[in-house]
Amino acid sequence: MKRLALLLGIIVAFSLIASSCAPKPGVIKIGLNAELTGGIPVVGQSCKNAAELFVEEVNKAGGIEVGGRKYTIQLLIEDNEDKAESAAAAALKLHTAGVLLMIGPNASRNAIPAAEVAEANKMPMISPWSTNPKTTIDAKTGQPKKYVFRACFIDDFQGVVAAKLGVELGVKKPAVLFDVASEYNKGIAEVFKKTMEELGYTVVAYETYTTGDKDFSAQLTKIIASGADGLFLPNYYSEVPLQVQQARKLGFKGVIFGSDSWGNLELIDLCGMDCDGLYFTTHYAPDIATPQAQAFIKAYEAKYGKTPDDVAALTYDSFGIAVTAIKQAGKIDREAVVEALRKLTRYEGVTGVLEYKGTGDPVKSAVVLKVDVPGKKFTYYTTAKP
Amino acid sequence: MQTFFQQILNALQLGSVYALIALGYSMVYGIITLINFAHGDIFMVSTYVAFFIGSALMSYALKLPGIIIFLLTMLASMFFTAFLAVIIERFAYRPLRKAPRVSAVITALGVGLFLENFTLATIGPHPRFLPPIIPVHRFTIWGIATSNIQLIIIFVSAIVMFLLDTIVRRTMVGMAMRAISWDKFTVPLMGIPMDRIISITFALGASIAAIGGTLYGFVYTIDPYMGIRIGWWAFISAVIGGIGNIRGAMLGGYLLGLVEIFTPVILPSSTYRDFVAFSLLLLLLIFRPYGLLGRPVTMKV
Repeated sequence: MKRLALLLGIIVAFSLIASSCAPKPGVIKIGLNAELTGGIPVVGQSCKNAAELFVEEVNKAGGIEVGGRKYTIQLLIEDNEDKAESAAAAALKLHTAGVLLMIGPNASRNAIPAAEVAEANKMPMISPWSTNPKTTIDAKTGQPKKYVFRACFIDDFQGVVAAKLGVELGVKKPAVLFDVASEYNKGIAEVFKKTMEELGYTVVAYETYTTGDKDFSAQLTKIIASGADGLFLPNYYSEVPLQVQQARKLGFKGVIFGSDSWGNLELIDLCGMDCDGLYFTTHYAPDIATPQAQAFIKAYEAKYGKTPDDVAALTYDSFGIAVTAIKQAGKIDREAVVEALRKLTRYEGVTGVLEYKGTGDPVKSAVVLKVDVPGKKFTYYTTAKP
Repeated sequence: MQTFFQQILNALQLGSVYALIALGYSMVYGIITLINFAHGDIFMVSTYVAFFIGSALMSYALKLPGIIIFLLTMLASMFFTAFLAVIIERFAYRPLRKAPRVSAVITALGVGLFLENFTLATIGPHPRFLPPIIPVHRFTIWGIATSNIQLIIIFVSAIVMFLLDTIVRRTMVGMAMRAISWDKFTVPLMGIPMDRIISITFALGASIAAIGGTLYGFVYTIDPYMGIRIGWWAFISAVIGGIGNIRGAMLGGYLLGLVEIFTPVILPSSTYRDFVAFSLLLLLLIFRPYGLLGRPVTMKV
């Protein structure tokens, strides 16, 4: 007991000394709601890496100046386990911890419930990677949510880009296999189908599965029997390798292409040569980076030893947008920050130029990347402007 | 027609894995009337053991032929998984053998959660494939696409099930197992070492799951939570076939493979799979609660 008291005394003494030495900068708490475990752990890891890199850079430079006072950023990280209910719980926990704003979640199936919590508690939220329109739209009124923003384009745009990519690749009879239990996959598959029909092509097979399935042979056999010559897989990188391998095993010879959920090098490790030369739409391409993006890529590579993927780049941009808004708000107050976020019309980030037109959804261009398995990288193919 | 036979082949591949795991449920239930809910997770651990042993054997430039590495990997996985199951039985289930049955079932759930989270904490959540120990060859017979791996899965499973059936029906150990499941109060009086036979049953069930796990890892990705869904499906297989009955578990496994494949073929979406499987289970429990091949148990007072 005596020893404990002594220890406590020392701690108190030290903290008194530390606090009296210099005018201590204030602290801004920013929450991170990421998929660290669960079905897509690499997404959460990239998000966390980019967030920690950004915070480290800001704090090393002495913090940010808000209303004449210096503030450092304190990052609070919560794991949402890639589950809708955990994502909502994590958002609530961050709200209770008193964060100024929350970055994340990334996957739409987590971002949509978390956005409901953010909106109800008046906590600003920026999702780096959630492309499903529902994230920023209030389900009851159909109006845009007031507190929810994102750093990526939405699937109403990406689905069109993917359909046009399919046509460009010579697909005449498109087929889709998607996860019907996941908002992102479902949303983009619907837009893809609609756009294909507008372009004059019939989707010959529109097959579904449920998150966590590992055998797709039944659906793929149906797709092959339908005579499809192109297969669109708007699914996550952890499942796509199984789908591509099983499709090829069952004798599918047509084109296979996908969406931004592919953009992780883990895809190449899991898939091997079966995925070589496939195309997918995504947010940014490291090989056509602007000087600003190059600086980010360099710093990220120096710290983590790998090229940042799209989630990392978008997380970095989300933080950039957040800090810009906090500076403009001029005070540490959620309402002021949301006001500043709504007034922000243009932000030049590492994933290109983001233009906001009164809602939380930016208008920005998409890129198409090609999977290069021997080179272990994704190479730039083309850009699609909105 | 080709499509139909293609789907049958798809179902055989899945059904083989379900049957191999269902055997473990059925054997353990048969002998100590415990539903071992940790069995799906024991299966998961076996795939990770196969992953590490297989990767190690592939990376050492021993230049062993693929078939030898495959057999070594499978044997190592069987041995380690059997050892794990015996340890679990010794420390988690044996102290509860005289306790109410529900205590042991809850313990089994706890063991399952422990295995999942231990794997998650030590190995991490990333999905993985087993290394390509046997290079994949894809070919077509009579218009049906298949691969050497798929045929290995189907044939190895069939051989293993035949062997197990022989062990249980023709050997002394098998006879002792059947005797314990028949009457566990009289059997010790006849000089049968009950604890040892129960341990052997756990070891056999786990090593068969390990064969299933090694084969599974060649065609599907493995992750710490994979045991949950497969465990449930194997459990349904065991109950449908008649839990405690070995041939019933095999039949149930193939039936569930057919359910999984033909649900999206007949119904509009694959999301009906669990609905179909559990409805089948419910119907069977109403009209034939002892399963397809099980026999009704009469209690003697």
